[in-house]
Amino acid sequence: MIRHALSGLIAHWRRHPGQLATLMTGLALATALWSGVQAINAEARSAYDRAAATLGQDQLARLTGAAGGAVEAETYVALRRAGVEVSPVITGVLRLGDQRLRIWGYDPLTIPQAAAPRVTPGDEGQGQIDLAAFLTEPGLLLVAEGTVLNDLPPGFPGLQVSGDVPPGSAFTDIATAGRLLQTSDPTYLLVAPDHSGTLPGDTGLRLEPPRSGEDIGRLTDSFHLNLTAFGLLAFAVGLFIVHGAIGLATEQRRTGIRTLRALGVPLRAVLGALALELAVIAVLAGAAGLILGYLIAGLLMPGVAGTLQGLYGADVPGTLRFSPEWAALAGGMTLAGAAMAGAQAFARIAAMPLLQPAQPRAWAVASGRGMARQGLAALALGLVALAILGLGDGLVAGFAFLAALLLASAIALPVVLSWLLGRISRLSWGVRAEWMLADARQQMPSLSLALMALLLALAANIGVSTMVGSFRVTFIGWLDQRLAAEIYVTTASPAEAEATRRYLEGRAEAVLPNVWAETDLFGRPADIYGIVDHPTYRDHWPLLSATPDVWDAVARGTGALVNEQTARRETLSLGDPLPIAPDVTLPVVGIYSDYGNPNGQAIIALDLFRALYPEVEILRFGLRVPPEQVDAVTAGLREEVGLPVDAVVNQAQVKAFSIGVFERTFQITGALNVLTLAVAGFAIWTSLLTLANMRLPQVAPVWAQGMTRRVLARMELGRAVLLAGLTFLLSVPVGLALAWALLAVVNVEAFGWRLPMRLFPGDWLGLLALALVAALIAAAFPARRLARLGPDRLLRVFANDR
Amino acid sequence: MIARWSFAFLMLGQAALAQGFAGLGTDAEGFSIPTRPAEFDFPADHGPHPTYRIEWWYLTATLTGEDGAEYGVQWTLFRSALAPETGAGWQSPQLWMGHAGLTTADRHFSAERLGRGAIGQAGVTAAPFEAWIDNWHMTSRAPAGADALSALDLFAGGDGFSYDLTLTADGPLVFQGDAGYSVKSAEGQASYYYSQPFYEVTGTLTLPEGPVAVTGTAWLDREWSSQPLSETQDGWDWFSLQFADGSRMMGFGLRDRSGDTYTAATWITPDGTATPYPDGALRLTPLGWAEVAGRRVPVEWRLELPARGVDITTVPLNPQSWMDVSVSYWEGPIRFSGTHEGRGYLEMTGYE
Repeated sequence: MIRHALSGLIAHWRRHPGQLATLMTGLALATALWSGVQAINAEARSAYDRAAATLGQDQLARLTGAAGGAVEAETYVALRRAGVEVSPVITGVLRLGDQRLRIWGYDPLTIPQAAAPRVTPGDEGQGQIDLAAFLTEPGLLLVAEGTVLNDLPPGFPGLQVSGDVPPGSAFTDIATAGRLLQTSDPTYLLVAPDHSGTLPGDTGLRLEPPRSGEDIGRLTDSFHLNLTAFGLLAFAVGLFIVHGAIGLATEQRRTGIRTLRALGVPLRAVLGALALELAVIAVLAGAAGLILGYLIAGLLMPGVAGTLQGLYGADVPGTLRFSPEWAALAGGMTLAGAAMAGAQAFARIAAMPLLQPAQPRAWAVASGRGMARQGLAALALGLVALAILGLGDGLVAGFAFLAALLLASAIALPVVLSWLLGRISRLSWGVRAEWMLADARQQMPSLSLALMALLLALAANIGVSTMVGSFRVTFIGWLDQRLAAEIYVTTASPAEAEATRRYLEGRAEAVLPNVWAETDLFGRPADIYGIVDHPTYRDHWPLLSATPDVWDAVARGTGALVNEQTARRETLSLGDPLPIAPDVTLPVVGIYSDYGNPNGQAIIALDLFRALYPEVEILRFGLRVPPEQVDAVTAGLREEVGLPVDAVVNQAQVKAFSIGVFERTFQITGALNVLTLAVAGFAIWTSLLTLANMRLPQVAPVWAQGMTRRVLARMELGRAVLLAGLTFLLSVPVGLALAWALLAVVNVEAFGWRLPMRLFPGDWLGLLALALVAALIAAAFPARRLARLGPDRLLRVFANDR
Repeated sequence: MIARWSFAFLMLGQAALAQGFAGLGTDAEGFSIPTRPAEFDFPADHGPHPTYRIEWWYLTATLTGEDGAEYGVQWTLFRSALAPETGAGWQSPQLWMGHAGLTTADRHFSAERLGRGAIGQAGVTAAPFEAWIDNWHMTSRAPAGADALSALDLFAGGDGFSYDLTLTADGPLVFQGDAGYSVKSAEGQASYYYSQPFYEVTGTLTLPEGPVAVTGTAWLDREWSSQPLSETQDGWDWFSLQFADGSRMMGFGLRDRSGDTYTAATWITPDGTATPYPDGALRLTPLGWAEVAGRRVPVEWRLELPARGVDITTVPLNPQSWMDVSVSYWEGPIRFSGTHEGRGYLEMTGYE
């Protein structure tokens, strides 16, 4: 029975291949964007896991120097000879031209089993490591697949691909690492997991607990939630298209279905056939969407990798691996989405009385009661959003608020648009305009889904670009303040630092040490900086709040500054005690903004710093130099002191670098914005196309009264532009609310800093133009068809009026 | 026994890192090779010989507690060179491996340590004599003028056990084979090999249930070479025996894939006079087998050295004396009876 029903129903698609294409495209697009985002997330997460598990640092405690610095090799040997099972690691970043490689040098002879890299046997030559080559010069670097290093210097270790190495990293013998990074002292010592003995107390080393992968996971959570939100948004927009296409097909197939039922095909068989048909379409479209999603993810992945590196310092590969779980999940989403989009149409068919005339309804007259109900739902959702904002806490609550806000706005859209169109038509515009407005109002129910999609896309666009723009303006202003020194110098040794200082005597107005110790604040990793008392800080440091004598208190060693992240996390305000070291606690005298830094930070007087961390060498300096002498001093430092080129950089270079990192950071957001908008444009196009055929009974009488087809077509275009324009107007406040939530809720939760919101009306104009163009393009095809429609078709409306 | 450690460093704790050592047993290119006649220079030769591929300081002790309970202890430091040279800092081709074992009648403890030479985590100095890896050590306390190995302090420990022993030799060093040149196969592979078989031991074993005071005897082997195994030899059985009259005997059999066994033995009188016996003089016959760590291992043997009227049967203190380290093997104390009675140590490798 289903077979007969099916063959009867399938005939429909042969007559309307365009409709089938729309349905498939909608499903494929929804699947593609959603699954693409999921693929990116999965790839990034697996990279975090691998990075967190590097050399067992997620499981093993470690010993570092007192200020987080290296451990002397002699101390390591002394510990081993005292029976303490520790294993040395030398790690650092190796720069080769503009390439960057994180070197992990370990000792294969002493590394605890739990930390030893698993070298997964696989393809020929990849699973086997020649231990003799690994341990003797020039050594071996185990690198992740896809690692390409160019222009290697002679004597550089051989490269071998190993599956367990995180991207951007290399595992090697500690001796090789020491040679490459020019150090012999371990960066830290891993402590064996079953080590039961007590550590000698007088080594001056600091015991750090294992670093869980949660740290980077927590940091990047917001980014992935962001991506997921975009993916879901795109999925929802895609489903609007699917819903529209299925609804249209159902309307058009009413006659056929009634005939089938009248011939004795049971309702269950009809519904079964329709479900089967939809499932097949969903599977085919889902498969196409998967391929497309994989391609999109592959295209976006380098941008994502850049973003994660720039924002969080997390290394993620720029390439994508295929995972079956991902494909299964995306396929499931497609099926569920198709079912959701088709549910309404199915319900309508199930409820269709057998004997009722199978009259296609081009539109449902918007009943006042329906509109009122929708308005109430929107209001209720708006209240939910406010409640989440008031009661909720954390990143997820932030995104839940965004979701509720967007949904409420989308549902409210037809109500508000309808009302607006009513108000406008009451102004006396003439008959034509009034008909056009009334006609637009009539079409609202059919167009509303597409317009909702447009609203969501526009609001997301405004919200995200306002957030990014605010961030950029604030960030650049902050860089200007913070990078006050004209030249930044990095020396390699105390002797070189001393030579630099000697050379600068009389040449620089001030030499400001840039020195810090890695330690903990409130049990989290943090850096403590020591500074001298200088107007550079007094005039430029970006303080958010401060006591009146802030700089005097810092200079005297009776106060400390903390960054905004720490202050927010620990709810510190001015005057609160800040435990700097086990026996030193200072009151907070100032809080400063510190964008782009995931860690805690505090600033104290240099004298106090040196008393607390006597072993930390001062190797970096900021130089205050009259602008006209910057070039001369830079050249002198390079030529006379012999500092390498990249050890002396000027302010402009540092700024350019920082801004470059920032721009890369938000590449992905821009790409997703464009994609969502494109999907929304497609939704409008399919809706208008659907309406065009069904609206003939409305258009024909107007034509019969003397309005030409050209004018009718132009009005068609005008209406599309009007609706898009009004939707845009409504999307602006929604987008700003979105931006506010991103800046004041999500950013604070995710990064620990709050940014002032800036408005960019110029960008909105661009977006408005884009929305209008999209609407015009979407309406152009149906309008053109109307303009060229044969009069006979219009006449036939009267003849065939059922 | 030089042959026993020819591929000891194959594993180095990580099977995955282990490959690429094939051919180590036969190729001596770049490394020094033992030559005849052997000439020794003490105390320097108690120290390491970095131009030779492999070397060890190997001590076994048969001990008795105050309650008469028997124990066995093993302390070994191996040196393995990836290249015939020394380095500085982390980069040194000289690698070190320590093994420690402690056997009771019903338990066997084993532990392993690995380390690098040049940074000081492990090594050997000839004068004053000390061999160490991490906190394990064998340290000379011999008075000036005496042989450095004649009096030693010994410590090692691992999961659930440790031992701290004081050793004093009451006899001279003994040179194995042809005055210290010990041939290992019919093709002529050889090593430098001398022993100190005359230690009296006192000290303490620390077991999970507490310390145990022990006394007994011990045997130290020193051996180094670069061409340890013949290609077709895949395992060996090594015995050190102490007889009631104060005589000692060392004997080994290298099992060839063909089924032949290359044997050698040294008879040592109580005053330290050594008599070597060539291939075939010693006969080794497995008598009883045990299932050990999933393998079938001959734990009871018949030893015949007709030239000395020896025909004895050995039984282990603990048949499960399995050294569970990266290259695992059987090593434990034995008792023997027959024409003679006494105690000794047995090592067996290559039983897969």
